[in-house]
Amino acid sequence: MIFEAILLTVITASTPLVIAAIGELVTERAGVLNLGVEGMMIVGAVCAFIATKTTGSPYVGVLAGIVAGAAFSLLFGFLTLTLVANQVATGLALTILGLGVSGMVGESVVGQPGIKMQPIAIPLLSDIPVLGTILFRQDIFFYLSIALVIGVNWFLFNSRTGLKLRAIGDSHGSAHTLGLPVIRTRYLAVMFGGACAGLAGAQLSLVYTPQWVENMSAGRGWIALALVVFAAWRPWRVLAGGYLFGAVTIGQLHAQALGIGLPSQFMSALPYAATIVVLIIISHNRRTTLINTPASLGKPFVPDR
Amino acid sequence: MKNFLFALAASAAAIVGVAAPAAAQDKTKICFVYVGSKTDGGWTQAHELGRTTLQEHFGDKIETPYLENVPEGPDAERAIERMARSGCAVVFTTSFGFMDATLKVAEKFPDVKFEHATGYKTLPNVATYNSRFYEGRFINGQIAGKMSKNGVAGYIASFPIPEVVAGINAFLHGARTVNPEFKLKVIWVNTWFDPGKEADAAKALIDQGVDVLTQHTDTTAPMQVAEERGIKAFGQASDMISAGPTAQLSSIVDTWGAYYIKRTQAILDGTWTSQQTFDGLKDGILTMAPYTNMPDDVKAMAMDTEAKIKSGELKPFSGPINKQDGTPWLKEGETSDDGTILGMNFYIEGVDDKLPQ
Repeated sequence: MIFEAILLTVITASTPLVIAAIGELVTERAGVLNLGVEGMMIVGAVCAFIATKTTGSPYVGVLAGIVAGAAFSLLFGFLTLTLVANQVATGLALTILGLGVSGMVGESVVGQPGIKMQPIAIPLLSDIPVLGTILFRQDIFFYLSIALVIGVNWFLFNSRTGLKLRAIGDSHGSAHTLGLPVIRTRYLAVMFGGACAGLAGAQLSLVYTPQWVENMSAGRGWIALALVVFAAWRPWRVLAGGYLFGAVTIGQLHAQALGIGLPSQFMSALPYAATIVVLIIISHNRRTTLINTPASLGKPFVPDR
Repeated sequence: MKNFLFALAASAAAIVGVAAPAAAQDKTKICFVYVGSKTDGGWTQAHELGRTTLQEHFGDKIETPYLENVPEGPDAERAIERMARSGCAVVFTTSFGFMDATLKVAEKFPDVKFEHATGYKTLPNVATYNSRFYEGRFINGQIAGKMSKNGVAGYIASFPIPEVVAGINAFLHGARTVNPEFKLKVIWVNTWFDPGKEADAAKALIDQGVDVLTQHTDTTAPMQVAEERGIKAFGQASDMISAGPTAQLSSIVDTWGAYYIKRTQAILDGTWTSQQTFDGLKDGILTMAPYTNMPDDVKAMAMDTEAKIKSGELKPFSGPINKQDGTPWLKEGETSDDGTILGMNFYIEGVDDKLPQ
């Protein structure tokens, strides 16, 4: 059934965006702007691929992707949080570095066939017609992405630690005065973002296209960054936005294959055009946008001043 | 700060790429500028293979520095100029999108020779070279016509430039010589290199009923999808058999080495002149990966067609062929001239797509 087939590809295309964006959302909620998502993602992709190749187990690969992304983000954390370097410049440098390092690390495994991760069928639920195949016969990344959205939403808005993290993101000065550990929290948030980006990268090299080629993230990290703004720093909207983006991307390919006579350049730009339109709609209400934007986002924090 | 970091990264990349022994004064420098990574498994890898063939052929007489991952656009001009400045006798720029950048730099460095792949603009010190990829795609089309059960093939296309359009037409025309009802679905992905998007396009085409896939993009992702879904496919630029051991029927393989050797010899002899080269199967600049995963009679047909194209007995674009709207393009017995092929901007009848203009 074609509808089902389309939905399955939409899920594959949306999952890495949702995972990377939810990680960046937490980072930004803590007041840190890390533009290095693309770099952390590609490092996660190459490490996941190599680990899978060496051990034969994609699950070791998933773990390697998470650890690599988190470790790589630590570099960003050290530069911006400890040395108080400019976050925008450091994030951009992280992306450039990540693309370079991953190319170097992965040179020996370029183009080698990978091991595709097998889907996990959830007993009983996966037997439901249509819905079961689409939602309950997926790879681990899909389940993790949903769990992450639910978990992060709960953490940010229903837990004490989440409240503290948001307070740090909104006003690091006041939070510090109240005795909240600004730097430590930010380090953890940055590493969470890195771990998610690494996980998203692992999805690219283990499920999306089970292989490694240089630059294979192809700008998906930037889309994830846009999604965070698009979602106005709300986890459920990240999920919705990620799926909207995935649906438009896949939809335009199907429209082309059907021979619908629209210019292909226009069709290729559709997902981005959709992003802009939604951004305009959201920012139309300036008050809600301002409320959601972490007030200290991107501002350096020096405790002794 | 941002600019500084960019400059730092760019020069670091350049140093790594152009690194060459400093003592080599008497060696002739033959330089290359690549659009992708030299291990991309497709287009750039084929040029890299040409470069190593060249290096082996001349040994110590030449050195062959290269720059990889040079994006098309303003950066290309800087990269090409850096090469020209570093004492290259000739710079091979291996992407269509480097055309204008190559010409601009060539005007500034009249003593340096330039060779631009797949372009159509020349100067006294700029030659172009291209390959008759469409000859191989015609053979692929014939194989598809025999192998497809549904009579519909899928084509993953990059950008609507003449080379790609000619490839689409040649493929369909080849298929129609064995199955006049054959249809072709086209998806433009507007990128040379995005494995995710190429895989998505492949899946969309397969979901809509194509059972043979061909691509004019540079990664092996579509081949991998074909393998996974159990349909047949053709590789592009390099032999992609490792990504599709049971899927690949054949692949057009760019073998630039022969051309690079010929032109380097001309540089060494001092006989280099600007020219527009358009070689194909017979010159060995284009070869076919082994015909596999098909019955013997289909294989025999493919080999026969290849031999006929090599001998000049068969021209892929020979009439009768109608344009997409049904108006005649080539009459019975008429063949297309090279100019039309090099500037092709129309579909032939049977393509289930509207050509982006």
